[in-house]
Amino acid sequence: MQLIINGETVSVPSSVGNVSQLLEHYGINQKVAIVELNQDILEKSRHGETALADGDKIEIVHFVGGG
Amino acid sequence: MLKIGPYSFKSRLLLGTGKYPDFDVQKAAVEKSQTEILTFAVRRMNIFEASQPNFLENLEVEKYTLLPNTAGAKTAEEAVRIAKLARASGLCDMIKVEVIGCQKTLLPDPVETLKASEELLKEGFIVLPYTSDDVLLAKRLEELGCHAIMPGASPIGSGQGILNPLNLRFIIEQSAVPVIVDAGIGTPSDAAIAMELGADGVLLNTAVSGAGDPVKMAKAMKLAIEAGRLGFEAGRIPKKIYATASSPTEGLSVG
Repeated sequence: MQLIINGETVSVPSSVGNVSQLLEHYGINQKVAIVELNQDILEKSRHGETALADGDKIEIVHFVGGG
Repeated sequence: MLKIGPYSFKSRLLLGTGKYPDFDVQKAAVEKSQTEILTFAVRRMNIFEASQPNFLENLEVEKYTLLPNTAGAKTAEEAVRIAKLARASGLCDMIKVEVIGCQKTLLPDPVETLKASEELLKEGFIVLPYTSDDVLLAKRLEELGCHAIMPGASPIGSGQGILNPLNLRFIIEQSAVPVIVDAGIGTPSDAAIAMELGADGVLLNTAVSGAGDPVKMAKAMKLAIEAGRLGFEAGRIPKKIYATASSPTEGLSVG
């Protein structure tokens, strides 16, 4: 499956079916990672139930130092 | 106590988390400052280098109230999106509205700041807008329902200190919500003056993170803010043109 994550086209294995699995795939499921799927910001509680489809546009953001 | 929306804080120092030499210095500076509120920004994660530690993992984040900013936003719409992304972390509901209108001066866009604040209040955020020291804009932001007003002392990161104490005083006097002087603080004395003017708090970042010894400067800022606040509460003497002797003039053994 092809996804566009943070502006880059990436391929993920077919075992990645939802947002939780995507975060696990990249090893960031234990981190503070906020996901926006096709411009819909997802609460963490929705990660497991939100299915992914080919061509989805995903933004994954986190917190960085700032003032 | 500093009260912002439903939250109360003993410390009146809000500390930014940007641009420290390394995580260990940052952690030590944060601890020394005794701040209870940390600011930070929202950015894309590099998912291909996910093993890189994040600054939050190095801090005992549960000890702090988190104040994400909307830095990077140039429009109200962008600021609202960043705020919503931050809140979706489940870690915070306060937001520092920061909509920059000019990349050279990093001064906030007043119209977009107002629009973003209005929208975020409707969405139920605890809203703290970073604004210029415009007195009427501060009034308008308060009338919208903002939970604190955060006028700049001088441009972000400039370290120029308080350039218009009169405007800050007008804003402080008219405001029923906390006024937090944000941006431009360079030295402990700048922070103390802000507090002596009656500010409810000071938000700073570069003054500590860019100092020769950020940990020592963090402590200096904490002490300056406490001293300035105590001075404000104590009430200063009026300024006079001529001298007034401190020692009695009666009972002199000469003359």
